[in-house]
Amino acid sequence: MDLDLYVPILAIGVLGAAFAFFSLAASWLSGPRRYNRARLDSYECGIEPTPQPIGGGRFQVKYFITAMLFIVFDIEIIFLYPFAVAFDSLGWFGLIEMGLFILTLVAAFAYVWRRGGLEWD
Amino acid sequence: MSETPATERAADLRAVTVGIGDGAAGFGHERGGGVDLATQDMVLNIGPQHPATHGVLRLRLTLDGERIVTCEPIVGYMHRGVEKLFEVRDYRQIIVLANRHDWLSAFGNELGVVMAVERMLGMEVPVRAIWIRTLLAELNRVLNHLMFMGSYPIELGAITPIFYAFRERETIQQVMEEVSGGRMHYMFNRVGGLKEDLPAGWLGRTSAAVAAVRSRLPQIEDLVFGNEIFRARTVGVGVLSPELIHAYGVSGPIARASGVDLDLRRDDPYLAYQELLDDGVLRIVTRSAGDCFARFDVLLEQVKVSLDVADACLTRLHELPQGPVNVRLPKILKAPEGSTYAWTENPLGINGYYLVSRGEKTPWRLKLRTASFNNISVLPQLLEGRVVADMVAILGSMFFVVGDVDK
Amino acid sequence: MNYPSVHLAAEPSLDAFGTDNGWVIALKALLVFVFLVVFTLFNIWFERRVVARMQHRIGPNVNGPFGLLQSLADGVKLALKEDIIPKSADKVVYVVAPALSVIPAFIAWAVIPLGPVVTIPFTDIRTPLQLTDLPVGVLYILAVTSIGVYGIVLAGWSSGSTYALLGSLRSSAQVISYEVAMGLSFVTVFMYAGTMSMSGIVEAQAQNVWFILPLLPSFVIYAISMVGETNRAPFDLAEAEGELVGGFHTEYSSLKFALFFLAEYINLVTVSALAATLFLGGWRAPYPLSLWDGANEGYWPVLWFVGKCLAFIFFFIWLRGTLPRMRYDQFMKLGWKVLIPVSLVWIFGVSIVRVIQNEGGVDQQTLLIIAGVIVALLLASAFIPEKKPADEPAEPAGDFDAFAGGYPVPPMPGQRLPDPVVTVPADASQDQPRSDARDLDAPTNEEQSRG
Repeated sequence: MDLDLYVPILAIGVLGAAFAFFSLAASWLSGPRRYNRARLDSYECGIEPTPQPIGGGRFQVKYFITAMLFIVFDIEIIFLYPFAVAFDSLGWFGLIEMGLFILTLVAAFAYVWRRGGLEWD
Repeated sequence: MSETPATERAADLRAVTVGIGDGAAGFGHERGGGVDLATQDMVLNIGPQHPATHGVLRLRLTLDGERIVTCEPIVGYMHRGVEKLFEVRDYRQIIVLANRHDWLSAFGNELGVVMAVERMLGMEVPVRAIWIRTLLAELNRVLNHLMFMGSYPIELGAITPIFYAFRERETIQQVMEEVSGGRMHYMFNRVGGLKEDLPAGWLGRTSAAVAAVRSRLPQIEDLVFGNEIFRARTVGVGVLSPELIHAYGVSGPIARASGVDLDLRRDDPYLAYQELLDDGVLRIVTRSAGDCFARFDVLLEQVKVSLDVADACLTRLHELPQGPVNVRLPKILKAPEGSTYAWTENPLGINGYYLVSRGEKTPWRLKLRTASFNNISVLPQLLEGRVVADMVAILGSMFFVVGDVDK
Repeated sequence: MNYPSVHLAAEPSLDAFGTDNGWVIALKALLVFVFLVVFTLFNIWFERRVVARMQHRIGPNVNGPFGLLQSLADGVKLALKEDIIPKSADKVVYVVAPALSVIPAFIAWAVIPLGPVVTIPFTDIRTPLQLTDLPVGVLYILAVTSIGVYGIVLAGWSSGSTYALLGSLRSSAQVISYEVAMGLSFVTVFMYAGTMSMSGIVEAQAQNVWFILPLLPSFVIYAISMVGETNRAPFDLAEAEGELVGGFHTEYSSLKFALFFLAEYINLVTVSALAATLFLGGWRAPYPLSLWDGANEGYWPVLWFVGKCLAFIFFFIWLRGTLPRMRYDQFMKLGWKVLIPVSLVWIFGVSIVRVIQNEGGVDQQTLLIIAGVIVALLLASAFIPEKKPADEPAEPAGDFDAFAGGYPVPPMPGQRLPDPVVTVPADASQDQPRSDARDLDAPTNEEQSRG
């Protein structure tokens, strides 16, 4: 493991972070500051904000199925990448192995599709 | 998805909504799954200051995820009490007030008032004035429709068409400005005719402007109508049934897009429309689908028809001999006792003035019936059960002006 | 079990990397950083000018030559605006979120190859025009850009505003959905290149052809999903101003807002750079230029690379100037039901063809049979009907109550006005004086309203 490869990432990471936090501080210092009650309210199209329950409340998020599907496919991608890189040396064996793996996932995908999991409303 | 199941589902959702505790009342509803897993409906205010409402209309939406459970339009942020103001203005001053409520069809608004007063007085308007009024009314209709043809794609996220539409608007606005001095509030109508005669050479310049707009209209058409995304966003969305149109008194292009074939230019002809209709120049545009796309399509067709009508008026004005364009009025103008109802086919729909006079120099009552108010009232019927993204598509396709709603 | 011995195809050497000394690393990091900031300022100007030209406008042309300093002026203006933290915001998260969005955008550029190995002027140090490279370079970019989503989600959540929350939810669902399609479109590239390192992929295209030619479907899928990934029109649902005002950054002002803007434009350049590297030969000169020997040496390749990125950015701007926004469900449908299945089929097809090319051992007939079976399966799958929820039976319309909502409403379709209760004898009505008739009518109306 050659950690030297990762040092430059750290370098640009530090630069980016320094810039970001400098900007955050600068915006705090450079702008004017005049108290105004209405300005500190959250935006609600120009009327008094509707009272929100403490802690944000809980409301329906219809996207959780998307999130779960994403995990399924992300794992698939993680497995596909090394297979793709080593493709030429794996030959038929790798193809069939991977075909079976993809088929399993496609079965799950087809099931979700057919059950209407991909119908958003 | 068809219209009915969606609204029914929304109705069902409401049916299973159970409030928990006193606090629930203020925060929408909690439902299902016990206290721990209960989710709340989210209240989303669209307006009064919102990019989609073109003014200060406010829609109070209750959302379940992104689906609209209930929708309540809250109007009146721009209420000026214009009907009350009418009662303390004389008939000449009323025109100024009246052309402001729908600021995109100012000429049509003026027209209704002067027609009501002229009818009460039994006044005969010179023929030249009638043709000029018809011409300007149709040009005003083109201006109005071009505005919505530009702003509607913006609701759907296309930022370019409005610049095309505004280029055309500018072309026509130039001739309107030349004749009246105003770009929005023309104030060119007077009781008994018009303010003054046309400037020299104006007819030729107007013909050129009309021809220019007609030749460039296909650019907007190509940019918007052929687009798959635009079609996917509008076809089959927000279908308005003729029954709903009758129930709510919806009128204008929106009603005609649903196949309700009502156009006062034909059904209660005023100005020179009867003759234009007989000549076959004035065609009434209808569509049967009743969705957002049909409504938008009607606008485009109406622009084409209006340009044709404008051309016919121009030809006619060329032929007409010079003559007066107004009638000499007494110093104090009093409408005789009685009442009348004058309605016109404004660009956005039926615009009516119910004038009751007790023989004084101000009306005793002047009731204003505006198109946008009725067109907006039907919104809850269309929005409930749809998603937020459809909300803007439907709201934009109802072609309203907030001043016309709030009066 | 006796597995065939797996030996990786000649791993392209990363020897050139990881050998820089401290100040070279610092210099290169600083240059990448400066390049990104300046290029962002340029891109904002570029976008405004190009869109303006598409809309019969002129665009910014006042500040600096051709208005080039407009973005800088806007940045200064933003810095002088009041920094607002709404009352209802979760303060710590609210402040950190912009940083969380912008830092990954910078970090992702650590592995983008801008050019070949060059000599730093005035020294004899030779170093690649790339900060570093990893054996898993592309995966690294995917991973880092995903972190940027946290910035968006947390910004929306911590703002304490409904619009921001909805916008951030949309944004995150969108980004993760299109990340799948994007990730799948890379697989065939890795097959052809035999590596995931960015410099390795550029090298592989130098020996072969640009991957856009053999892998056109992958490129198309990538080009679509990169627009979705960066929340740009026509997939800018998260910032749909007609619906959600500003989306996740509704509550942000001053430089915090500028940071989100910066992150968005850097991501734009990142996906463009990725497209150029994976499909368009990276920093290598395009065809007519490549005939010149010096085109791929020294600092010239930076120019080709920036040119390729600009071509993609122009494509982004063109889309924005032309297309309306898609609706959420249509957008997700495109991602999940079109891009992902097509990707999978394409990957499978490419891998079969490539195995046959490499190994041989299959005659034409078998190949045709396999192809036939696949096509038949695909056709068959097209006929499987989607399960639709059965339509619920229509609710019988109840009695009509004109005052149910608190104010009078007309009857809906399917509802009927209740018959007015007739209290006036039919024969009496003719002779009845007008005023009396009105008196008798009044209770009828009241009864109706009580419903």
